[in-house]
Amino acid sequence: MTRIDAKFADLASRGQKAFVTYVMAGDPDYDTSLEIVRGLPAAGVDVIELGVPFTDPMADGATIQLAGQRALEGGMTLQRTLDLARAFRESDDTTPIVLMGYYNPIYSRGVDRFLQDAKAAGIDGLIVVDLPPEEDAELCIPAQKAGLNFIRLATPTTDDKRLPKVLQNTSGFVYYVSITGITGAANAVATDVGPEVARIKSQTDLPIIVGFGIKTPEGAADIARVADGAVVGSAIVEKIAKGQSPADVLSFVKSLADGAHSA
Amino acid sequence: MANDLFNSFMTGPDENGRFGDFGGRFVSETLMPLILELEAQYEHAKTDQSFWDEMNFLWTHYVGRPSPLYHAERLSEHLGGAKVYMKRDELNHTGAHKINNVLGQIILARRMGKTRIIAETGAGQHGVATATVCAKFGLKCVVYMGAHDVERQAPNVFRMRLLGAEVVPVTSGRGTLKDAMNDALRDWVTNVHDTFYCIGTVAGPHPYPAMVRDFQAIIGKETKEQMMAAEGRLPDTIIAAIGGGSNAMGLFYPFLDDKDVSIIGVEAGGKGVNAKMEHCASLTGGRPGVLHGNRTYLLQDDDGQILEGFSISAGLDYPGIGPEHSWLHEIGRAKYVAITDAEALEAFKLCCEMEGIIPALEPSHALAHVMKIAPELPKDHIICMNMCGRGDKDIFTVAKALGVEMNLGA
Ligand SMILES: Cc1ncc(COP(=O)(O)O)c(C=O)c1O
Repeated sequence: MTRIDAKFADLASRGQKAFVTYVMAGDPDYDTSLEIVRGLPAAGVDVIELGVPFTDPMADGATIQLAGQRALEGGMTLQRTLDLARAFRESDDTTPIVLMGYYNPIYSRGVDRFLQDAKAAGIDGLIVVDLPPEEDAELCIPAQKAGLNFIRLATPTTDDKRLPKVLQNTSGFVYYVSITGITGAANAVATDVGPEVARIKSQTDLPIIVGFGIKTPEGAADIARVADGAVVGSAIVEKIAKGQSPADVLSFVKSLADGAHSA
Repeated sequence: MANDLFNSFMTGPDENGRFGDFGGRFVSETLMPLILELEAQYEHAKTDQSFWDEMNFLWTHYVGRPSPLYHAERLSEHLGGAKVYMKRDELNHTGAHKINNVLGQIILARRMGKTRIIAETGAGQHGVATATVCAKFGLKCVVYMGAHDVERQAPNVFRMRLLGAEVVPVTSGRGTLKDAMNDALRDWVTNVHDTFYCIGTVAGPHPYPAMVRDFQAIIGKETKEQMMAAEGRLPDTIIAAIGGGSNAMGLFYPFLDDKDVSIIGVEAGGKGVNAKMEHCASLTGGRPGVLHGNRTYLLQDDDGQILEGFSISAGLDYPGIGPEHSWLHEIGRAKYVAITDAEALEAFKLCCEMEGIIPALEPSHALAHVMKIAPELPKDHIICMNMCGRGDKDIFTVAKALGVEMNLGA
């Protein structure tokens, strides 16, 4: 049982929805980023998605692209991202951390070495946007073997015929992408998302967490009501981009968490 | 090598879209069903005679194929060695090989009922070809082009707009071809229902590398026939420039199993293949990685971050290369070399002066390598280089490089 499995079991026993946040590791710099990440659990965050900066984030909108650029300019790397996770783990051994990013930095490091280091740094799961089930042999299978969850994206284009393939090697939770599009673009619409979550639920017992296009406490509440939880990313990253202090960023996060938890 | 006779180099990719370890389908889940659908439709079209009938008709009457195979006599004499031929794909409608592939993809898009076409472009040649064919068929066309390239290829931007395309300058990243490709992919994930992504080279997720190669292979097929007619035998060496590698794959593919034909791909060496990475020579100066849907050789740093290439030629300015080339490189069937900006410019000038052909900067790289090797080769050694584009689009860049001020009288 990973920290992710434990967290969802705990939430389920309390009848509470999950609130998940995405921030880019090293944005705007390593120290500020670590301070924000350290404050997330107290602000009500159940699962932390930690973005790994990449030069070519094909599934991300401008907000997260720019966050990645800021991080890279500040010298952030995959190694420093793992360092940041390890530093976080010194004071928190229960909040799950999911690395979210693209395959090339991992491939470049070497899959086996990466998995070892990620596990040692206290990472619990991986979301790698450009690894569909067709490429499971690359990282998904080795990651599961190493005891990390491999969390798959399901999308509006994943039809019923394809869904079993997407769910097959997924663990931890399923990340439903609420829209066809990139991060930070269109708004997620609860009336569209609800039936999709039900469709996926009919084929899996894993929790279904919905992300992309959730920007406000009300939005988080609406989506959490029709799913097992909601993810907010770009809206938080935007506050960091504006130069808000960690305290201000975290108080915004708390308002979102309260929204999601009210569902 | 006993089973060489039975091993073909022409059977790739496998069912997972792999050429050896290269290629594949590294895309987000949103796009996965779309590329599976594309693969199915392409597999069907490939064996459908009516598809090829339509292609052949348009190749003949719209593009002007076959393009000539031309013996560059004065240049051969000047170099004093091998007999140099040029495959004249710069004479195609729109001035480059790019339209060979665009026609195929757009006919496929129409069969699939898609009404909106998107494309990325570097030099603008693929963008112009796409805008052209979209105009012909009344399709909406959106072209993503790096802001830096919009500046250095201004004539092509205007041509695309005249043809009714929307040109979107891309400022994300550093505003070159790779960023244009990122934004085209972002458009595609957003507009999954009506949009067809017309990729301009043998890169991207499977089936693009194979499909684009198949459409460009007309270059090599014609070359074979024309060379047999002219010389009664195949060439000894074939040479092409490589950005993503589509004109090269088009020339090379039909020759892969002709083991006596040596094959050379020419990458852009920029200011020189050195530690400063001021070049675009992915095979000569990069290592394997994953970008834009496939595994291939890439320019990248130790952390797996993609580096911007550098080349005087906007069409070669791409940090990757088609996966089939990576495979041909590793198995040794083709050889890859790098040519610098300065060498390409010399070849550009020589071609203008000796043959009355203003070449694009991309094939000028291939020609520069011909200039390097031809003098040392015997007179009965036949080289065929792919003159894959004309230089009209490049005259401003060349003028600048030569220190000539052009007054456009405005
Ligand atoms: C004339 C010409 N040649 C070559 C290229 C490079 O592309 P590829 O390597 O796919 O042929 C371009 C790209 O814009 C081009 O315009």
